[in-house]
Amino acid sequence: MDLEYSAAEARFRVEVRDFLRTHLPAALAAKVLGHKRLTREDFLSWHRTLHTRGWSAPSWPAQFGGPGWSATEQHIFDEECSAAGAPAVIAFGVRMVAPVLMAYGSPAQQGFFLPRILSGEHWWCQGYTEPGSGSDLASLKTQAVRQGDTYVVNGQKTWNTLGHLADWMFCLVRTSTEGRSQEGISFLLIDMKTPGITVRPIGLIDGEHEVNEVWLDNVKVPLANRVGEENKGWTYAKYLLTHERVNIARLGESKRELEALKALARRCRSDGHPLIEDARFRDRIAHLEVDLLALEYTVLRVLSEEAAGRDPGPISSVLKIRGSEIQQELTELQMQALGPRALAFVPEALDAGWQGKPDGAEWWAAICGRYFNMRKTSIYSGSNEIQRNIISHRILGL
Amino acid sequence: MQFELDADQRALQESLRRFLTREYDFELRRGFLASPHGTSPAIWRSLAEQGALAIGLPEEHGGFGGPVETMLMMEEIGRALVLEPYLSTVVLCGSLLASRGRADQQADWFARIAAGSCKLALAHSEPDARYALDFVATTAGADGDSYTLNGVKSTVLDGAVADQLFVTARLQLQDTVAVFLADPRTPGLERVMYRTQDGRTAADVTLRNVKLPRASLLGDESDALPAIERSIERGIAALCAEAVGVIEALNHATLEYTKSRKQFGQPIARFQALQHRMADMFVFATQARSMALLATGRCSSGDAAQRRHDIGAAKAFIGKAGRFVGQQAVQLHGGMGIADELSVSHYFKRLTMINATFGDADHHVAAISEGILAEGDVS
Repeated sequence: MDLEYSAAEARFRVEVRDFLRTHLPAALAAKVLGHKRLTREDFLSWHRTLHTRGWSAPSWPAQFGGPGWSATEQHIFDEECSAAGAPAVIAFGVRMVAPVLMAYGSPAQQGFFLPRILSGEHWWCQGYTEPGSGSDLASLKTQAVRQGDTYVVNGQKTWNTLGHLADWMFCLVRTSTEGRSQEGISFLLIDMKTPGITVRPIGLIDGEHEVNEVWLDNVKVPLANRVGEENKGWTYAKYLLTHERVNIARLGESKRELEALKALARRCRSDGHPLIEDARFRDRIAHLEVDLLALEYTVLRVLSEEAAGRDPGPISSVLKIRGSEIQQELTELQMQALGPRALAFVPEALDAGWQGKPDGAEWWAAICGRYFNMRKTSIYSGSNEIQRNIISHRILGL
Repeated sequence: MQFELDADQRALQESLRRFLTREYDFELRRGFLASPHGTSPAIWRSLAEQGALAIGLPEEHGGFGGPVETMLMMEEIGRALVLEPYLSTVVLCGSLLASRGRADQQADWFARIAAGSCKLALAHSEPDARYALDFVATTAGADGDSYTLNGVKSTVLDGAVADQLFVTARLQLQDTVAVFLADPRTPGLERVMYRTQDGRTAADVTLRNVKLPRASLLGDESDALPAIERSIERGIAALCAEAVGVIEALNHATLEYTKSRKQFGQPIARFQALQHRMADMFVFATQARSMALLATGRCSSGDAAQRRHDIGAAKAFIGKAGRFVGQQAVQLHGGMGIADELSVSHYFKRLTMINATFGDADHHVAAISEGILAEGDVS
């Protein structure tokens, strides 16, 4: 047993840190660390910077143009990027549709799409969930009917993240109503500029625009844009869901936010004194620090399993549950640190460079909204109840 | 970074598990538990013969292995709920002897520990100390060729079965802490012995003008507190590993019980409320193991602040995990969970006592909390 990173891994960390110091613009990092609104260009400019270095797709093998990093190197990269305040990689292209294309896509699909994901030319979004199909995803009803060399797609997707910024959508559609509901699903790649697609924002709890309804009205999709076989889409969708393992813990981000919470507790005052001096509040930070350490060493154990070439199995459900709960507790304590300041709703202060009244809103305005927003983490990517089902069925054998 | 056991470690784990499964199943343990001190001379001898009492002792004294081997042993001790004074003798006193003992003391006592011919207990904790390790009110006055000790030691683990006590006391002249080897039969030393909730023994020790020869001082008169703290850190890491053994045994027992227990015409394991509870128990168990590994790995770290922080965090987490798993295992067993007849109640009691030993979750969280305050002072 050895708890230390290898010398090569330690050197890699330094290399990533140096790169971030020299290439991540301070203004962009300040936006990320201050939880300001990011523009499409904010994400893309950073994506391009990473792409120039060959790092835009940390999880990709070298054969598809990725850096070919080990799981541990990816983890180190994520920790350093999170700590430095780099915008997160938009997962839908790099981490979600790309692995499916690598495993099941045609050579033509791979040749066309993968380089464009790598370069940032294509921004992807996900068309999975429907109004009537959330946790029971396989009950989805959006219909694709073959007409010659195209599918005609009709239906509605919802909770589509950042689809209003996207160029392409990977989409689950029903191509058969025979047999079990899982057996009639196909996996389509849809150009968001295709006539018949309407994207409508869903107002969220924090007042921000993040997710959408996507309506598909006689949308024509070439057969060539189907991944793999017709009616086998469920297999590909499941592959995608299980492919995400370590990143699901959001460890790097939570480590950064724990430090942000401590800084906040030093900055906020209670009865004239720094809140950090209040042992009752500080103890709650300490509990969270302990819980985060337990998550971290669980992630590191999973990485070590992967490094040894073993499949850690459905342990990702443990990481999802604890990772999301810790993210939520962090935002809750950050909100609580503000005390009555948390009541103020000043959404204009979420724009970088905003200066105005009330005083200080540029540093506290984002905090309470994040508490509300982050309730999503235990709901998305398979709700934590679904994760518990997975643990009880696939690990405990119930 | 890797968390793998090597081939020797796996072999050790297998042989310990095989031995305890055969010689220390729950029914045999019931017999040991009923004996006056809960211990078995045959088991202790057997452990010595297998080399288990030499784990972590210095190699030049016939010892082998280190914190990882101790972790493996303690996990099996947890799984089998072994009542022997392993932690006190081998881990706590063994490591103190290694860090502080004079050559003659090491030669003498390591041989006895490894051979199974002595049982040792650390008499450090005092009634008003609670979990503070630097609170030592017991005094030792130098007096020619001897020391005179006065004070009270409370809840000395395994204190009733130990044939030698490692007593800590504050040297009056230097105001530093020293460790003395004391025969419990020394005049002036009064030992009130009792059983613990989980079937082991402990003692409260009163020292009234107890005269100990100079040679009984462990090592020299330099401050022994750092060494005591490190021994207890090792003890904490060992307890974390023991707790992991207990937690996994409880989760297994609970899973099997809910699969066999039928209500409303079906096994209660079919109910989602119970499935999700057991999923949460699994989540805790997984992380508890991560923390036991972290504590084990940190035992030999030279970075004192990180070592203390991480081992304390592990104990805090194990306290929380043990409480959840223990309480829920009892709950899911229904009335049987509080029956003496099943192992569940015994495992639950052990987890509860582990939390109360060397600092509960609140104690260690508070220490981390003080550290967070101090971080701010530095920056």
